[in-house]
Amino acid sequence: MKRRALDMLLVSVALVVLWQALHWRVGEEGLASPAATLRQIGEELESPRFWRHVAETAIAFGWALLYSAGGGLVLGLWFGFRRLAGEVAEPVLTAFASLPKVTLYPIMLLVFGLGLPAKVAFGAIHGIVPVVLFSMAAVRNLAPVLTRTARVLRLDARTTALTVLLPAALPEIVSGLRIGFSLTLLGVLIGEMFAAKRGLGFLIMNAIGLNDSGTIMTVATLLFAFAALANAALLALDRHLHHRGD
Amino acid sequence: MSRAGAWRLGILGGAVALLELLCRLGAIKKITMIPPSEMALALGRLMAGPAMWPHAAKTFGNVAWAFLIAVLAGATIGVVLHALPGLRRALDPWLATWYAVPVFVFYPLFIVLFGMGDAPIIAIAFLFSVAAMTIATLDGLGRIPRVLRKTARVHRLTPIERALRIDLPSAFPYLLTGVKLALAYAFIGVIASEFILSGFGLGHEISFAYNNFDNRTMYGLMLFLLTAVVLINLVVQRIERRELRRRGR
Repeated sequence: MKRRALDMLLVSVALVVLWQALHWRVGEEGLASPAATLRQIGEELESPRFWRHVAETAIAFGWALLYSAGGGLVLGLWFGFRRLAGEVAEPVLTAFASLPKVTLYPIMLLVFGLGLPAKVAFGAIHGIVPVVLFSMAAVRNLAPVLTRTARVLRLDARTTALTVLLPAALPEIVSGLRIGFSLTLLGVLIGEMFAAKRGLGFLIMNAIGLNDSGTIMTVATLLFAFAALANAALLALDRHLHHRGD
Repeated sequence: MSRAGAWRLGILGGAVALLELLCRLGAIKKITMIPPSEMALALGRLMAGPAMWPHAAKTFGNVAWAFLIAVLAGATIGVVLHALPGLRRALDPWLATWYAVPVFVFYPLFIVLFGMGDAPIIAIAFLFSVAAMTIATLDGLGRIPRVLRKTARVHRLTPIERALRIDLPSAFPYLLTGVKLALAYAFIGVIASEFILSGFGLGHEISFAYNNFDNRTMYGLMLFLLTAVVLINLVVQRIERRELRRRGR
């Protein structure tokens, strides 16, 4: 544990040194220095205007995550349990996973209009596929005796999902959720960068337009810190669940 | 055709037919979506005309550069990290969080570093796809059975011989997965950059058509781009499957 903390510290220091070196190379215009960014982070965290943008993104992200995780789980369990449905869906899903979904954003905007629903839908279509694919694979790889027992006990679909499939497939499902989490955040941010008047993606886009590298690095650092913390927590949960049985 | 394949064809065909019907009946407004048949017509017109091809060439060229550099760099970084377990352990959590970084924010930095033009977009797409290749390379090298490494030692293979005869063939399926992911991410990186940042390429053309309410061009371009990406992915997938079968997996 001590070693890990030391590793973490060393890599962080290396990154900051690299950042500072790049700053010297390209100047204030191209990249704000780490110290200036830190100062601005302190200021922004005290400004209510900044928190309104954070809240806007957080609400969109929360809803998108709810849809991608919840919807992905339901679909994944179903596709895993019903083999034919899974076989029908899988190639379509893998093809969809590798599409540049940005292409579809105008459709989202035309269907849902400018605003929250389009962002939520766009985030959700980014995150849902890995959740479906991981939960589907997890259920398929379960010992057949589990699903057979559920059938013998004549459990209905809901009880089967909640008491048999979900607990047994949980470790892989958490792995899928971890990837889905990052992609959902990416989707919401791209959505805000393309068409929004509020939110962190809009702040970044606006700063890119004004060539305000301080704000860009401030938002990017805070986003990265948030994503890295959430990811570390999910990774820890993931490892804990995967080693539960050993 | 398999039963699942028939179902899949039926469901997808049915969805397209339903969409066509809803659009024709006016349940979906023309300003939202044009009927699929008209999308196909628009695609035909775009492909016959000269306007789209320079943008397509630019987009696919940028994707190809980003993809090639990412595969080479990702494999190299993977090999280096595998050889230095201490460094790898330190970088592992960062690799796992890589895709949480919105790399598009570095566009202004890349413009200062590389100037205007294609390089900043290629750099963004490269950053997007290099991590997938690195992770896949590490995966593949980490899963070489220990018996193969011992055999290499028994036969006193030189490091180069071992790399070519043991490591590469054994890690090959994982490398292929990395290549597949790197390609997908290169596409996403290039097109997303064109969409929000650049003034050229298919991504920009789609966003331009959207902003001008030119639905015909927009849906035609979308159809072109998505069909092209799906076809390329299918080819890669077929190669992957053939390789896996040849290796008896």
